[in-house]
Amino acid sequence: MTRLITSGFSHFILFIGILIMIVPVWMIFASSTHTGLTINTHGLQMFLGDSFYENYMRVLLYKGGFFKEITALKMFLNSFIMATGVAILSVITSLMAAYALVYYRTKYATLLFWIIFVTILVPLELRIFPTYSVMAELNLVNSYFGLIVPISASAIATLFFRQFYKTVPDELLESAKLDGANTWRFFIDFLVPLSKTMIVAMLIFMFVFGYNQYLWPLLVTSSEQYWTVVMGLKMMSGSIVHRFAFVMMSMVPPILIIIVLQKHFIKGVFQDK
Amino acid sequence: MKKVQFKSSYSQYLFLAPQLGILLIFLYWPIIQTFRDAFTMQDAFGFGTQFVWFDNFLFIFDDPAYWIAFKFTIIYSFVITLITASIGLLLAVQANNVIHGKSAYKTLLIWPYAIAPAVVGVMANYFFSERFGLLYHLFNNLWGFNWYESVFDSYIYLIIAGSWKQISANFIFFLAGLQAIQRSVIEASMIDCKNSVRRFWTITFPLLMPTTFFLIIINITYAFFDTFGIIDTTTIGAPSGETRTLVYKAYMDGFRGLDLGSAGAQSIMMMFIVLFITIFQFRYIEGRIHYN
Repeated sequence: MTRLITSGFSHFILFIGILIMIVPVWMIFASSTHTGLTINTHGLQMFLGDSFYENYMRVLLYKGGFFKEITALKMFLNSFIMATGVAILSVITSLMAAYALVYYRTKYATLLFWIIFVTILVPLELRIFPTYSVMAELNLVNSYFGLIVPISASAIATLFFRQFYKTVPDELLESAKLDGANTWRFFIDFLVPLSKTMIVAMLIFMFVFGYNQYLWPLLVTSSEQYWTVVMGLKMMSGSIVHRFAFVMMSMVPPILIIIVLQKHFIKGVFQDK
Repeated sequence: MKKVQFKSSYSQYLFLAPQLGILLIFLYWPIIQTFRDAFTMQDAFGFGTQFVWFDNFLFIFDDPAYWIAFKFTIIYSFVITLITASIGLLLAVQANNVIHGKSAYKTLLIWPYAIAPAVVGVMANYFFSERFGLLYHLFNNLWGFNWYESVFDSYIYLIIAGSWKQISANFIFFLAGLQAIQRSVIEASMIDCKNSVRRFWTITFPLLMPTTFFLIIINITYAFFDTFGIIDTTTIGAPSGETRTLVYKAYMDGFRGLDLGSAGAQSIMMMFIVLFITIFQFRYIEGRIHYN
């Protein structure tokens, strides 16, 4: 009986927690399906209206009046290119760097470790103008390369891969060596397949990280052709319902990825077996 | 460390090269430039720079706006950490408690983590706008809430906007921490202590200490850096600069004021604050917690 009461209490608290998370997003979504006139006269809406198709199509495809040179569709494309680039580049470089740190004996081990990991203490926000001037000197402003690479200069994934490699039993390398595997073969044929869960988790983590960037794209893209969705929020104009629709669409890709792939994500980050 | 390893050879550096190359060009080079900026001053017309020792630092210490941003950053990160960690822990304990629907709750509470701070800010805007913001009008009726003019109210606005999404991350990590506690420990404690509230604070909570301190660092980092997008899409520092974090102020001084010397000095101060917190965590807190 007490068990039933305490579990009822738990469900109640969780229900309130979920309401706090869902209601604001729902209201913006519901409001995005009304006309601007309804919002301006009656405020935010709780129930769906019937301008869904009209509002969303206009935001996605309208060029000229709403955005000057770029459609929201192109911004989504840019965001995908940026997020995918950040995820792939940082995961590959981190996977390799962690391998070199864990599986090689060298007298510079501590030095190499610190050169890589001290960078975690210096997020992009702290070096944003110098990074910009480096990009300008290298002529990388207004390019996908410029959007992707400075964001990928991160050792967070390296830290995760290093922790993971340390839990791999020594016997694996011993037996691989007996089989005649050299360092490349061991990495590609043994370690990478073994790290699959961790790789997927880090890809998700870095994709969301790349997609959600706001300040850096704002600074490094003066040409509208490279605008991303999240920074586009600041730039957009137009009727209030179109802005609602744009906000709703901007959060769909990362939320979808987290929900669909949450098992892999949690498994990798927490190393659940 | 591994007992079996490869001997150091050129191949080790081939594996390191891509990451080290990116870090050197896009991280170390800019950091060196940040230091250069911090110790030099540009003349008014941008014709030349001059080495000025610690003048930029002295200038920011003398600037009341710096200390206003400093105060806001400390209060903001403290309150956000407290709110998001407590609500996250409360929800995680309840989710760990229920037998049915655990994974459904997980899914329903995890997704706000994925939303960009800037998007959260734009959404918060709609709930705090004078025209049709529900929370604006609710609070306005309660105590005359007006974040355009009152510093306290603008703090409330940013605390709500900043905490909302971060509850998710705290929830996920606390839930994982709770699930990692061995069944046998919990069962043994159930025999010794019948009171479940006392059991939580004397047995479970101390075992969660590693997770708690990890989350404190995560939340502070979030409040320091990630809230940029929230502030830039909500108050933009309103009423008059009281709601700017140190990072936001440094950016504004560098971007709007084109004062790279001051922005560089502020960045370096920030690096020291982050370094201090990290060292503090490792030296004084890590040693005092129990790992299971």
